[in-house]
Amino acid sequence: MVTLDINGAKKQLDIDPETPLLWALRDGLKMTGTKFGCGMAQCGACTVHVDGQPTRSCVTPVSAVAGQKITTIEGAHSKAAEAVRASWRKLDVVQCGYCQSGQIMAATALLESNKKPTDDDIDAAMTGNVCRCATYQRIRAAIHDAAQSL
Amino acid sequence: MKLTNDTVGRRGFLAGSAAASLVIAFNLTPHGARAAAAATNAKNFAPNAFLRVAPDGTVTVLSKHLEMGQGSYTGIATIVAEELDADWSKVRCEGAPADAKLYSNHLFGMQGTGGSSSIANSWDELRTAGATARAMLIQAAAAAWKVPAGEIETSKSTLRHAASNRTAPYAQFVSAAAALPVPAGVKLKDPATYTLIGKSAPRLDSNAKTDGTAQFTLDVYLPGMVTALVARSPKFGGTVKSVDAAAAKKIKGVLEIVQIPSGVAVVAKDTWAAKQGRDALNVTWDFANAETRSTTTIVADYKKLAQQPGAVAAKKGDAAQALASAAKRVEATYVFPYLAHAPMEPLDTVVKLGPDSCEIWAGDQFQTIDQGNVAKLLGFKPEQIKINTLYAGGSFGRRANTQSDFIVEAVAVAKAMKQKAPVKVVWTREDDIRGGLYRPLFVHKMEAGIDAQGNLTAWTNRLVGQSILVGTPFESMMVKDGVDMTSVEGSADMPYDVANILVDTHNAKAGVPVLWWRSVGHTHTAFAVETFLDDVAKAAGKDPFELRRSLMTDTKHTRLKTVLELAADKAGWSKPLAAGPAGVLRGRGIAAAESFSTYVAQVAEVSVKPDGSIKVDRVVVAVDCGVAVNPDVIKAQMEGGVGFGLGALLHGEITLKDGEVEQSNFHDYVPLRMDEMPKVEVFIVPSTAAPTGVGEPGVPPIGPAVANAIFAATGKRVRELPLTQEKLKAAIASA
Ligand code: FES
Ligand code: FES
Repeated sequence: MVTLDINGAKKQLDIDPETPLLWALRDGLKMTGTKFGCGMAQCGACTVHVDGQPTRSCVTPVSAVAGQKITTIEGAHSKAAEAVRASWRKLDVVQCGYCQSGQIMAATALLESNKKPTDDDIDAAMTGNVCRCATYQRIRAAIHDAAQSL
Repeated sequence: MKLTNDTVGRRGFLAGSAAASLVIAFNLTPHGARAAAAATNAKNFAPNAFLRVAPDGTVTVLSKHLEMGQGSYTGIATIVAEELDADWSKVRCEGAPADAKLYSNHLFGMQGTGGSSSIANSWDELRTAGATARAMLIQAAAAAWKVPAGEIETSKSTLRHAASNRTAPYAQFVSAAAALPVPAGVKLKDPATYTLIGKSAPRLDSNAKTDGTAQFTLDVYLPGMVTALVARSPKFGGTVKSVDAAAAKKIKGVLEIVQIPSGVAVVAKDTWAAKQGRDALNVTWDFANAETRSTTTIVADYKKLAQQPGAVAAKKGDAAQALASAAKRVEATYVFPYLAHAPMEPLDTVVKLGPDSCEIWAGDQFQTIDQGNVAKLLGFKPEQIKINTLYAGGSFGRRANTQSDFIVEAVAVAKAMKQKAPVKVVWTREDDIRGGLYRPLFVHKMEAGIDAQGNLTAWTNRLVGQSILVGTPFESMMVKDGVDMTSVEGSADMPYDVANILVDTHNAKAGVPVLWWRSVGHTHTAFAVETFLDDVAKAAGKDPFELRRSLMTDTKHTRLKTVLELAADKAGWSKPLAAGPAGVLRGRGIAAAESFSTYVAQVAEVSVKPDGSIKVDRVVVAVDCGVAVNPDVIKAQMEGGVGFGLGALLHGEITLKDGEVEQSNFHDYVPLRMDEMPKVEVFIVPSTAAPTGVGEPGVPPIGPAVANAIFAATGKRVRELPLTQEKLKAAIASA
């Protein structure tokens, strides 16, 4: 039995402790906002926050995060997260949308640690998040826009 | 779209009105749970197959086209809402069920999304659908208010009779309108009065795609559902010789191992168990009929073939004679690698199979073809196959194929499991990258002749590559005398007026499955034509922009010429490009291409360092796609097309070693990332022409525009793609 603290709620899961957090969230808890894109920390689609740090859930065994605070897209409601979400909507960033939970989690983590990121800061924080629809220009603009409102 | 509104109206609505109840009954997609509940409410107003208005005034548009990121749902709903005068905040869109009669793509004669055709297909059909519904709501209000219908105005889902100062929301007349006969030949709006078309209504899917609630196939969890991963042959065309499942069966959560035509499926209680089970599986493959060549061999074979004449795709004058007598000759050979689509959501399908029914959930791009292929596999009738089309996490063409590979495979798993449980078949990224159906590898051999006055007098372009369409149901339509239109589009009909032209092509044979990839033949023809023309300009001592302009003489290329001039103007082509910092070479390149009846020109500005590293600083895009239904979506597609095409130019390559794909995930099949994305500026040509698509046309010009900019900066060409830093470094170092 593994106990996880997800979006402020304790969840018990009867799974192999080596199971990646991504699959515990998806298959175990049916929390489907966190996506699978590569399974090897190459795309960021599975990004969640663990104690506030952006983390690739596809390579994070549940045993490694027991007792830590996990935030997923479903529970991302901090001031920064809501600012990011509002700017994403204002600028219609999304296309297929499949990468965007991860993009929003990565952007939120950036703004939580850096209120006025430069373009270089954005490159550094977001280059691990692939968008095959290449919505990067709007992601950058939306991060700057969200920063304005924080 | 030459049909008059009247004929479309009659034909469309005869079918539509008869089928309205069917639409309601079938419309139970899982991501539209709320809509599904409304659909069972008999008081809906559903005057045709494309929309329904619920008693609360919610307008649901049924899209026969897949939403895979290109904004089709938003564009399609905009067209309906405009003519319906609907309040945009009350508009929704969802995927239509598979139905060849109601929802065929007028371009293909089957239900499917591709060829950047969604908006062109919808223009007449959906304006009429919306206008008809509006007319019926007006009719219902006129009867209730006892006033002439002609005196009732509408806006934002509200009816208004000014003389009697009465207003009512559409919701109030939903049931009365539903009882009226469907009129034909309803008048469409004067475009001058549009309030939504041309005004960038916000995307309908932005909210759900920013809070994690948008439902993709991977997000479908049915009660009792199991998950399967399939072990497929590491070489294309290989078959299963023997299976040792002992170790796989020992993995906790693995339920069963079944053999299917495409390989061996490991069925488990969840994805992680299925993955571990498959890792533990031992399959021995029979490669007797497999492709075992390396791509280096395939390229060498193609280059040899390029020495032989091929099937003639375009001929004008006598190119051989003109080349022989030219004062100057230019030649080049290009190699375009296999490319995987690598949509962000790997392929996946959910299947629920019963004794006489099969229900499918997928980001389905070829609904009625998939329905037919599944029916054939099961021995069912197509109507026994129900397809729920969900959002697709990208496709770029991959989800539309005539074999329905990933869907038929998932159904094969369900069949082999003897219907025990609903099953989700998941592809890992490795499965996706190694799974084939690539943009075909192509070799282009080109020659040009220039006379003593510097005029381009001869042009030859020989293509060698696998045909996408031979052997498919599209062959009879689009392969003529050995020429596959999708191989030579953009080459055979290139826009430049040269007195002597020969374009010929070989449908090369290779055992690698190939498919259309965002902009299809234009992915390679635009690069070959547009970079080679730059070489000609250099050899003739002409400006690349001016040369293009001077050769676009035929009036059928006027719109392309206009975007070319617009892009050059906005990019400041006539002014010198600002120099870079010390040690950085800068250059500017231009390219243009018509694809899918949309015209796009791009100017790229690049910075190149001596180590071959490339930064594309800025791209100016000019596009003419007819009426701009949603300018912001058009801009987004141009931005995305630039990024997608640029990633392929700089990094994209699938290679085979002894028949096995060498790449496996995003570390070695490298996508464009944030730090490489240029600043993209998009300019839309105002137009009253019928709208055309924008999903693909942003892609073709970016590769050649950037390559031409690099050429302007360095004087060097890399003609075997991808244009990597190593190759450019070597080219710069060469004399
Ligand atoms: S799925 Fe985790 S980084 Fe790609
Ligand atoms: S929006 Fe499609 S992958 Fe990012």
